[in-house]
Amino acid sequence: MSEEFNDNKTIQAQSSEVMTGGAAGATPDMDYVRPAEIPEQDLYHAHSFITKWVFCQDAKVIGVQYFLLATFTGIVGLILSWLMRLQLGFPGLAGFMTAEHYYQFVTMHGMIMVVYFLTALFLGGFGNYLIPLMVGARDMVFPYVNMISFWMFFIAVAVLMASFFVPGGPTGAGWTLYPPQTILEGTPGSGMGILLMLISLSLFVIGFTMGGLNYMITVLQARTRGMTLMRMPLTVWGIFTATVLAMLAFPALLVSAIMMTLDKVLGTSFFMPTILKAGEVLEYGGGSPILFQHLFWFFGHPEVYIVALPAFGIVSDLISVHARKNIFGYRMMVWAIVGIGALSFFVWAHHMYVSGMNPWFGFFFATTTLIIAVPTAMKVYNWILTLWRGNIRINTVMLWCLGFIVTFVNGGITGIFLGNVSVDVPLSDTYFVIAHFHMVMGIAPLMVIMGAVYHWFPLVAGRMLDETLGKWHFWITFLGAYSIYFPMHYLGFIGVPRRYFEMYDSPYMTSAVGMNEFISLAAFIVGAAQFILIFNIIKTLKTGKAAGQNPWKANSLEWYTSTVPPEHGNFGDRLPVVHRWPYDFSVPGAKDDFIPQTTPPSEVVHTEVEKT
Amino acid sequence: MSDPNIQGYELKPGFRGMAKDTGSDQTMFKGVHWGKAMMWIFLLSDTFVFSCFLISYMKGRGSTPEEWPNPSEVFALDAFGVPVPLLLIAIMTFVLITSSGTMAIAVKYGYEKNRKMCGWLVLATAIGGLTFVGMQAFEWSKLIHEGVRPWENPFGAPQFGSFFFMITGFHGTHVSIGVIFLFIYAYKVFAGHYDTGKRGWFTSMKGDYVEIEILGLYWHFVDLVWVFIFAFFYLW
Repeated sequence: MSEEFNDNKTIQAQSSEVMTGGAAGATPDMDYVRPAEIPEQDLYHAHSFITKWVFCQDAKVIGVQYFLLATFTGIVGLILSWLMRLQLGFPGLAGFMTAEHYYQFVTMHGMIMVVYFLTALFLGGFGNYLIPLMVGARDMVFPYVNMISFWMFFIAVAVLMASFFVPGGPTGAGWTLYPPQTILEGTPGSGMGILLMLISLSLFVIGFTMGGLNYMITVLQARTRGMTLMRMPLTVWGIFTATVLAMLAFPALLVSAIMMTLDKVLGTSFFMPTILKAGEVLEYGGGSPILFQHLFWFFGHPEVYIVALPAFGIVSDLISVHARKNIFGYRMMVWAIVGIGALSFFVWAHHMYVSGMNPWFGFFFATTTLIIAVPTAMKVYNWILTLWRGNIRINTVMLWCLGFIVTFVNGGITGIFLGNVSVDVPLSDTYFVIAHFHMVMGIAPLMVIMGAVYHWFPLVAGRMLDETLGKWHFWITFLGAYSIYFPMHYLGFIGVPRRYFEMYDSPYMTSAVGMNEFISLAAFIVGAAQFILIFNIIKTLKTGKAAGQNPWKANSLEWYTSTVPPEHGNFGDRLPVVHRWPYDFSVPGAKDDFIPQTTPPSEVVHTEVEKT
Repeated sequence: MSDPNIQGYELKPGFRGMAKDTGSDQTMFKGVHWGKAMMWIFLLSDTFVFSCFLISYMKGRGSTPEEWPNPSEVFALDAFGVPVPLLLIAIMTFVLITSSGTMAIAVKYGYEKNRKMCGWLVLATAIGGLTFVGMQAFEWSKLIHEGVRPWENPFGAPQFGSFFFMITGFHGTHVSIGVIFLFIYAYKVFAGHYDTGKRGWFTSMKGDYVEIEILGLYWHFVDLVWVFIFAFFYLW
């Protein structure tokens, strides 16, 4: 292609050909797309209210159902975090708050946010809604199984929430549920609470497996004509790779949940060593608590990337659309996603540096952990290079994306600290760790979720969200999140331990008391600011501006459905045919600054360009 | 798959061509039924479940301080007054592997649209699976009768009972689910649902003989897992 750029007359809109590495010159052959390989999908068209909106087989409705239920659990998690911050900032202010309650809230907050909120929202919510639309399919490949998947998730959430109301309350063992203390008397919720938690997790895994099979096969086997793997939007790549990780990582969680359930109910000793309690030897003996840690983190570390990879993918698309520029290094981005996914299975023991492992073992896992920073850094550079000299629209979506890059870099850098054994050991039980993982897998993915909501809400509801409210929402959340987590790094350095119910009169607390109060106040404000979005959505649904087709002038297929919002079957009579990647923005020589994926090369409207 | 007349779609030999074909439009696995691809990926996930179980078993066996019982003695069966090691297990394994064979032939007859032969062979597979589950129930009751429990074991380490009942139980559940589906599919074959393309009860998907192959994949997987369980529990 380099020769062509010497002569401005041959600069033409051929970016799709750059991607396929194929023919040069605008011959009619370029419009060729291979004939269909798969027959039209046989869809079940619902007629009654129940089959249309409750037990619905349409992936878009299922996606919205996932989204709403995950948001509900997220609000529960948010309220729990308020209660925790209330106790930490102002000990004793809430009279009902005992140490037991505090630990129960910590545990439920962690589990809810990681599994039932973020995972369900990204894969169940965005995955269901966007995958069929973006790859040009009429629906997920197994709509019935997809429907069951949501209702399994519903039951899992119901069981989890039920644990708040059983005798003894929910489990208070920490979200990692480490044995032996998890199921021993004295830990809050060691009776019914932990049992319901384990059952709920198992149900979640079963339900997720059903959904995950759908996402994977839809991406692999049900794309529309012309949609090669390397023409898929990065959103699909991110969600797809995260689904692969989930399919391989959740088994470890399922197995550890089953084994711990047996330890609890039948009195087996998979994870239980010999234990002396008040001078008496318990029935347990001979098991290995470390085995649980390995199983849990073999799930737990890929889980981090199950949350992060969809966020990476989505943010790439949002940045590209709103900077009117093609994503920098598309292939590199794809391989980085895949590479991060593969590496994430070889780093799990960096969560266990303080478990007394062999130093060489820690050395190995420190090395793999730091290697993962390489593809991650590549992605960050590519986002920045996409922005560089782009035609950036500073709207709400772009603000969330920029916020994501900043928080993600911040959380990523502290991750490099913690990946090293010698730094991790002194810091691992302090607020530094809290700051790190909330920045990197709490706030950063949340920023992407918010950006994605503002970006795709016009598609889902057909109306534009209010920009002014959106900007207030962003700035309060962004500055507030920094006010919460930035001081926590300092708290960690001065040695404030995490997991403590109250600090009492510890010497370091003299300098940290004010900071703790400040963090708590910021947490209350940031939490409350999230309700701006809910207000914005309700307001928009009533009086919002109609979005029309493709309000952002994006290229990917979800904006080219037969109706907005898309109906069941997505694309009307004929499926779209894809001729190019979704990132043809501001192509030199093209009249518009975007060329939809469905535009064949011969139909691109050209304009004269001056040589620069 | 490639049309040599169209520029840019020729496949180069070797890895590049393979990568290009894999990433080409519409499908990654050309001509593979959606359900079949789904079953393969589900089995990959299930492989991780059983791997986690078996690795936990190795770790548990390695870390328990008490002595592990000798499988040749624990699993021996008295035949004509002589204790024969692994006799029952040998029969169980034989039955299960044989049922895998009948399943494979059923798939062949299915694709030939030979309704009767396919139906009988699926039924034979189901009966083989049922026999296996029955023998496993017998083995469990024998061990329970001898005092082995998930939480204790008169022959040595209590983890022996824990892991044995958990892993064979989990595998037995897989076999039982397979048996239920085999009976349902046998009925559907005999009733001609796969010849007429009658829609499924719940999923409303059209019936097709490929479903026999998909169930066959599951059944062979369950057999393969048994081979590993056999090796790890009875031969180690």
